[in-house]
Formats: sequence, structure tokens, C-alpha cells
Amino acid sequence: MTDRQKAKAYWRENLRYLFFLLLVWFLVSFGAGILFKDTLNNFHIGGFKLGFWFAQQGSIYVFVVLIFVYIRLMNRLDKKYSYNE
Amino acid sequence: MSVQVWTWILVGVTFSLYFGIAIWAKAGSTKEFYVAGGGVSPLANGMATAADWMSAASFISMAGIISFSGYDGSVYLMGWTGGYVLLALLLAPYLRKFGKFTVPDFIGDRYYSNTARSVAVICALIVSFTYVAGQMRGVGIVFSQFLQVEITTGVIIGMVVVLVFAFLGGMKGITYTQVAQYCVLIFAFMVPAIFISIQMTGNPIPQLGMGGKIEDGTYLLQKLDDLHTQLGFKEYTSGSKSTWDVFAITLALMAGTSGLPHVIVRFFTVPRVKDARKSAGLALLLIAILYTTAPAVSVFARTNLIDTVSEKEYKSLPEWFKNWENTGLISWTDKNADGKIQYVNGDAVDGKPLFTDERGVNGERMVSNATTQTNELYVDRDIMVLANPEIAKLPNWIIALVAAGGLAAALSTAAGLLLVISTSISHDLIKKQIKPDISDKEELIAARVSVFVAVIVAGLFGIYPPGFVAAVVALAFGLAAASFFPAIVLGIFDKRMNKEGAITGMVVGISVMLYYMIRFKTGLKGLVDPLPESEWWFNTSPEGFGTIAMILNVVIALVVSRLTPAPPRKVTEIVENIRIPSGGGEAIDH
Repeated sequence: MTDRQKAKAYWRENLRYLFFLLLVWFLVSFGAGILFKDTLNNFHIGGFKLGFWFAQQGSIYVFVVLIFVYIRLMNRLDKKYSYNE
Repeated sequence: MSVQVWTWILVGVTFSLYFGIAIWAKAGSTKEFYVAGGGVSPLANGMATAADWMSAASFISMAGIISFSGYDGSVYLMGWTGGYVLLALLLAPYLRKFGKFTVPDFIGDRYYSNTARSVAVICALIVSFTYVAGQMRGVGIVFSQFLQVEITTGVIIGMVVVLVFAFLGGMKGITYTQVAQYCVLIFAFMVPAIFISIQMTGNPIPQLGMGGKIEDGTYLLQKLDDLHTQLGFKEYTSGSKSTWDVFAITLALMAGTSGLPHVIVRFFTVPRVKDARKSAGLALLLIAILYTTAPAVSVFARTNLIDTVSEKEYKSLPEWFKNWENTGLISWTDKNADGKIQYVNGDAVDGKPLFTDERGVNGERMVSNATTQTNELYVDRDIMVLANPEIAKLPNWIIALVAAGGLAAALSTAAGLLLVISTSISHDLIKKQIKPDISDKEELIAARVSVFVAVIVAGLFGIYPPGFVAAVVALAFGLAAASFFPAIVLGIFDKRMNKEGAITGMVVGISVMLYYMIRFKTGLKGLVDPLPESEWWFNTSPEGFGTIAMILNVVIALVVSRLTPAPPRKVTEIVENIRIPSGGGEAIDH
């Protein structure tokens, strides 16, 4: 594989990760916390209505997890293409 | 010991700490001044980013705003944290690989044009100045509230302090003082929250206490919803904004967060691309501690407030109520002359209370602008975090701690912003455009002089706040979302994007946003008055309009770029290069 092809392949895999991670990012905040809030509010966890919980707590926890998942995925990807330093 | 003695002690100790660090971390080169030498560890950078990010607004105002708006306040929680996901995934690693000092650096090189660079400098200055003015005001308010000095004196003390560590240490001094400030502010926010959570729900973790049960076995949130319904307020866990507006505001805040120059510049300070990703993750983790606690504080404070005042006799109210009334942030008018406080939905006064010098029959301060609505109580939203420990009867040292935390939050953000302003002037303007042959030493002097000037201007804004400052701070995000964010993201992800597209996009985005802001929010003094809600375009509030301006920016940039010549080969090579993490080495000197 030439350097160019390698860079292209790396970028394609990176974009695939971004797509899935940003999909989750959208679903927990704009989905669960805003668009589907009213439906989710019919369910409860503890004293929280579920939609409200996503908007004020859940989405933030997921955001943190997302970035750490991204870090892991990218570190593995960097190794696979020996871009790691 | 009294609250005031404790406050002097805690503020004194924390300030000496900041000064000590500033002197220790004195910057010797422009590289140290702009990006702390590019050798900050991810954890230190994460903490500094978190402190830089969490301003007086996050620390003092946010929980209060949520307390009064319930579900609607979620826009700030999701918006100001979700932006970090965009930052970590779409911007930080690539900008670090690019390896220059500033956002205009990137825009100028990527779009091979000094016009693009100038547009970016202007956007950076508009965004940073609107933001910093609010911070200096915040410093003044905290000082005046807790140390009983005039707001002006408070602002001046704040100016001197910021100047010392920004002037001496530049980014290096600021980064390490921000690490200390993060520790102070998070401790100051968490301690009262934990105490109150134990008091109300028996659970020491506020995030869980918020969804827990109170003494009589009902859920706290259920009780608060019931109280709200009884008193005619909208249910706490529902909200009154339209779904579209909540959506638009959240997206504008997210994109704005990741487009703020003082946040982005943080990721130029770490050694490798890998570290840029890691420190974005750590920053969000450290920020999330405060952002998941804040909504709990809002619920506790709201419930406590209603329990303490509703239908209670004014004369029997605790000391804190009268203290805050004396500072003018609470007002009560006995409209039905029963000596008790009726706190229900509606405006007690027209806007903010205007006090006369008289006292009523119960000893309350009289106001001249009471409305005819049933509600008798006005409470300023900004006092919820500051008054919360007093309302919950916590010891004096905790109340003083909150003051020290508020100052840490305001000062760290102000310092970071002032640095961006001075860098824009000394680096992007003087070095890159006016006098390219300037020596490193001269540039460093220019940088220090611009910090000095920027502090004075920011201080003046704090002392003589133009009426629009408070409104504009929230809109700084809309401005950033409408200008930088699309230009940077397209610059990385769209190889075909050229200077014509990016410049038109930025100019149109920020102009439309400014126009909408003036037309619907601030007006222009003496020329035009802001239009009412019913005139909004697409039912979008000015706060949410950043989303529309951003979409407009992207669409225009894409269309214009496809109709004009492709960027030169050299530029597509830059783009290909920043997409790969290795080979960047340390921050490039130039």
C-alpha cells in the first residue's frame, strides 16, 4: 500500500467511527432529551422521568463515554496504520 | 467567625496561590506566551480547559437559571457539554496537527488568504470581547456581594489580578493558575451541593439525590412538580419553550462551544495529536462533574426556596432573606395586606424592582413598580447558587468558599479570553499582516502591551456595562457558531472548500446573526427597539438563531466554493497532512 492509499484508508475508517459516534451523540441529546422527551417521560428511573433525566443527566454521561470510546478507537486505528508516535 | 472574615481569608489564600504560580511560570518566548511552550500534560491541560470554560455564568448563574426554568434549562446543560464531543471528534486533533498558534492562523493558511485571516480576527475579537465583559462584571458582583466593596472597586481588583498572571506568564502562567482555579471552583461547588443533598434526601451524591426520596417518602422531583402545579407555575420537569426552539438553542450552544477561540487554542498547548484527543476527554469529564451537579442544586434550591417562603409571615423569615432584600436582589410587596408571602406564577414587579427609600408596615423595602398580579415575590436568578448554602443553614466557611469559587471561575475565564484577544492583535494582526519581520522579543512586548490594553477595555466594560452585555454574552455562542465553526470543520472535512466559499460563508453567517441579534434582542440605543417574539423568523429565539445562521453559512460556503476555482495543490496537501495524526512533532515555531 502506498502512503497515499494508506492515508485514504485511515481517513475512511476514521469517518466511519465519526458517523456512529455522532449518531449516538445526536440520539441521546436531540433524540431522547428533546424530540422524544414527552414519550420517554412516561417511563421512570428512580424519581426521574426518563426524558427529563436524559436532558439533564444522561446525555452528559453519554458524552463523556463517547469521547473516551473515540480515544480508544483512534489509538487502535493509529497503531493499525502505524501512525502512532 | 463571620462569613466576611472567612471570605477574606479564603480569597486571600487562593489569590496568593494564583500569584505564586504566575511568578513561577513566567514566559520567556512567544511560544511560551501563546501556547505554554506546547508541552502541557493532557491532565493539566484538561483541568485548565475546564476552568477556562466554566465561567462566572456556569458557576453562579446556570443553576439559578435552571432553578427558575426547569426543563427549559436543559439547553445549557446539553449545549455546553455536547459541544465538547464536536470539539474532540471534529476539531481538536486536526487543529493540533496543524500546529500553529491561533484560529485565525488556521483560517488564514487553510484558505490561503489574508482576507480570510482578517475576517477570522474580527470574528475572534467580537466573540471574545462580548464574553469577557460579562466576566469582569461577574468578578465585580462577587466582590461587592461578599466583601462589601463597590462593584467598581471589585472590578479594579479583578483587573489587577488578571493582569498580573496574564502579563507575566502568558499562556504558561494562565494554564497553571487555571489548574489551581479548577480545584478551587469544583471544591467550592461540590461541598455545599453534597451537604444539601444529604440534608434533603440522605444521599451524599447530588446527582442521585436529585432523583431520590425526601423524608416523607415521596420523590423530590414529584414534590417539586406538585408544588409548581399548586402555585400555578409550569411543571418543573416539563417546560414552556417550543421543542424546535429547545433544539435550535441546544445546537447553537454546542457548535458555538466548539467554535470559541479561547477553548480551541487550548488544544495547541499539548505535545501530540493523541494528547489533544485525550485532553478533550479529560476536560469534558472534569466539566461534567459540575454540569451534572448543577441541575441537582437547582432542584434543591427551588424546593427549599418555596418551602421557606411560600405562605410564611414576612416577620418570621430567616436572616438571609432580609440580607438579600437589602442588596436589592429580592423584593416583596404585600399586595393583599396579610403579612404573608404569596409566591405564585406571574411577575411581582415590572422587570427589576425599583426600591423607594421607605419601609412598609412589616419592615419590608417598598418598591415603586409592583404589578397588579397576585405574585408578591421577586427573586433574582443569580442569587440561587450564592444564597443556597445560607438557605440550607450551612456553616459560614462554606458560604465563604462559594465566593472564592465564583471568583476563581470568573478570573480563569477572563484570563483565557484576554490572552486570545492579545494574541489576535500581536500575532494575527501585527506579526502576520502589519510587520512580518518583527523579532520574537518585540512580538512578546507587543503581546504584553495588548494584554494590558485588553484588560483596561474589559474592565471599563465591567464598570460601565453597556445595557446589552448580559444579553450579548449568551449570543457570543451564536456568533461563534455562525462564523468559525463551519469554516474550520469544512476546512478539515471538505478538501474542495476554497477561500471564496469560506469567506462568503463566514461574512454572511456572522452578519445575519448580528442583524437578528440587534433586531430581536438588543436593539440599537435610540435608533431601533427590539421586535417582540411574535415577529421571530421560523419561531426561533435569538439564542437559537445561531443554528440557522450556521446552516446558512454552510450552504453558502458549499455553493460558492463549487462555482469558483478549486484551492491550490499546496492547500489540499495541508488538508491531507492534518488528517493524519503522525509527523506533526511539537508545535511549529515560526
